[in-house]
Amino acid sequence: VIASDVDTRSARKLAAATRKKETNAFKNSKNRLTSPAATIAAIVIAVVWTIPTFGLFVTSFRPPADINTSGWWTVFTKPDLTISNYIQTLNFNDTITVGQSFINSLVITIPATIFPIVIAALAAYGFAWVNFKGKDALFIGVFSLQVVPIQVALVPLLSLFSSGLTIGNWAVFPGLDLNGLDGSFARVWIAHTMFALPLAIFLLHNFIAAIPSDIMEAARVDGAGHGQIFLRIVLPLSMPAIASFAILQFLWVWNDLLVATIFTSGGNFPITKLLTDLSGTYGQSWYLLSAGSFLAIIIPLVVFFALQRFFVRGLLAGATKG
Amino acid sequence: MTAFFRWLAGLPPLAQIPIIIVAFGVVIGLILFFVEVAPRSGRGYTVMRLAVAVVVPAALVLILGVYNSAVWLVGLAAVLGGVLFLLDYRSRQGKGYVLQLVAFMAPALILVAIGLFYPVIRTFVAAFLSNDGSHFVGFNNFAYVFSGGSQGLVALINQLVWVLIAPIIATAIGLAYAVFIDKSRGEKVLKVFVFMPVAISFVGASIIFKFFYDYQQGAQIGLLNQIVVWFGGQPVNWLQSSPLNDALLIIILIWTQTGFAMVLLSAAIKGIPDEQQEAAELDGANAFQRFRNVTIPGIRPTIIVTWITISIVSLKIYDIIAATTQGSNNTSVLSYQMVRLFENLPPQTGTSSAEALLLFVLILPFLIFNANNIRKQRLGL
Repeated sequence: VIASDVDTRSARKLAAATRKKETNAFKNSKNRLTSPAATIAAIVIAVVWTIPTFGLFVTSFRPPADINTSGWWTVFTKPDLTISNYIQTLNFNDTITVGQSFINSLVITIPATIFPIVIAALAAYGFAWVNFKGKDALFIGVFSLQVVPIQVALVPLLSLFSSGLTIGNWAVFPGLDLNGLDGSFARVWIAHTMFALPLAIFLLHNFIAAIPSDIMEAARVDGAGHGQIFLRIVLPLSMPAIASFAILQFLWVWNDLLVATIFTSGGNFPITKLLTDLSGTYGQSWYLLSAGSFLAIIIPLVVFFALQRFFVRGLLAGATKG
Repeated sequence: MTAFFRWLAGLPPLAQIPIIIVAFGVVIGLILFFVEVAPRSGRGYTVMRLAVAVVVPAALVLILGVYNSAVWLVGLAAVLGGVLFLLDYRSRQGKGYVLQLVAFMAPALILVAIGLFYPVIRTFVAAFLSNDGSHFVGFNNFAYVFSGGSQGLVALINQLVWVLIAPIIATAIGLAYAVFIDKSRGEKVLKVFVFMPVAISFVGASIIFKFFYDYQQGAQIGLLNQIVVWFGGQPVNWLQSSPLNDALLIIILIWTQTGFAMVLLSAAIKGIPDEQQEAAELDGANAFQRFRNVTIPGIRPTIIVTWITISIVSLKIYDIIAATTQGSNNTSVLSYQMVRLFENLPPQTGTSSAEALLLFVLILPFLIFNANNIRKQRLGL
């Protein structure tokens, strides 16, 4: 008994010593890997990367008269800041106010984030846990569509929505008949859902397929059908993947301009579209553009900082596996 | 469905969110309920399966709306549903199996077919039709795109410049940055600075840089021109001087994508075992040699994936051009111009589709690469 006790003690000592040596070696290599020059280069890049944003940010708090007569960097010598730009911008009216377009962005983004996730989760479960012939080919086909530029799909999709489908002289589908209906977000919801599906199916499938089959079997033995398994096991277990994709999709829809350009009209412009129009017509009204930009950026930045972990995970899963 | 959407459109915007989500939830709930009970045996369940298989497709056609001349489509849908029921009834994996599968897959597959597959085919056809779509014109649209009269050739060349330059530089800077900050103190904070632009929209980024590039008579308010002035130069109207303006717009894309590259590559670098670095160090390799002979080979697949992902982004670019120059002064690219041509009155659908097709050809190698990649991955599983 004593011998073995001594043995364990010495083994523990040895392990501790090795660990110490390892951390030392690690520290050394760490010091040498990041030379001062590299650190300085990194800091220079970080500063260069931040200055343009910082400049516009400072500008958004300066009185309009100052903005157009002196550079934002003069603020350090004679500071004169105000938040009136933001109040004016929120109420600035260009068919709709910037404040309204901010709400439109929310109305577009929330459903357009939820729909594709749920529909894709259904399909991903089908791809992962129900066997059928031609599954792989279909999966690759769906995923390949992900790289197709949306531009290629826009024209026919818009004509399908607005004037329906006519083959030759034979009228088939009358379309959604929502043209010029300013309050309707249906077309933009549907379009975003469609375009998001390939990536959503791919990401969720990777995750859902990795759920241990024992869990599924156990549920099946207990008498659960596919519906219950999906609702009670698959959805809760794939929450990390769903969260990751939800953030990607939320940012992508909130930041989108192209789909909004085609599928929204004056009354339901999101903030990106309104800002682009303002940038064209009021190109020199920097008090408006700077405050407007930061109003549009606030939500993505909040989402980004609050949920960075999931966001990075989503990016990694989406890119490295593709 | 149109009636529902029209009613919804009359409500205040914020009120529309909960209503559409609840409506969507009900539909999904019905699908899941059906999937749950479909495989149960007994006469009642068989009748239910038959009823669902026949009625749902027919109802779907009716709900979407159909012209009187095509009313027989409702019947066709019902018959197809019936065939599906028979297939299901005789399925080797048990009753309800096929119907369950269809219930899981159909919503996504139908949406992808309508939203991506059908439009791509239509665009292919439209590229060879006249602008109003009335008659076949062969390759005339392509000839027009390449002729000097349109901006098509400029747009094509610019697009190539974008896709050749932006991905390489963004990946290179992202890699350099990831290596520089790897294991340094404050790595997380340093990461945030470069990564933040990833969350900012292209529109926001464009306005940020438009201000950075701003040109004025007299005192400058754009930092770039002020720097030129500080060094004793004359301020330049950057966005109007071709071909420099192209490079300045590409910088906006690089600015947004570098953070993305950095995060991917940083994760890959952390995946390289420390022992490899240490072994190289013991062998007397200096920092650069270790970078070239250990780091680079270790993360090569990630470098390629990063480069490809940013290339695809460069081929889809629209927002940056729309929010800055709107294609003036020779800055247009195909992916921007084809949307503009379509927005013209009357829309130049033929020319626009021809440009879309060119864009598709450019993206084809990436599509094939991705498909191959994933096929390998699935075989490996």
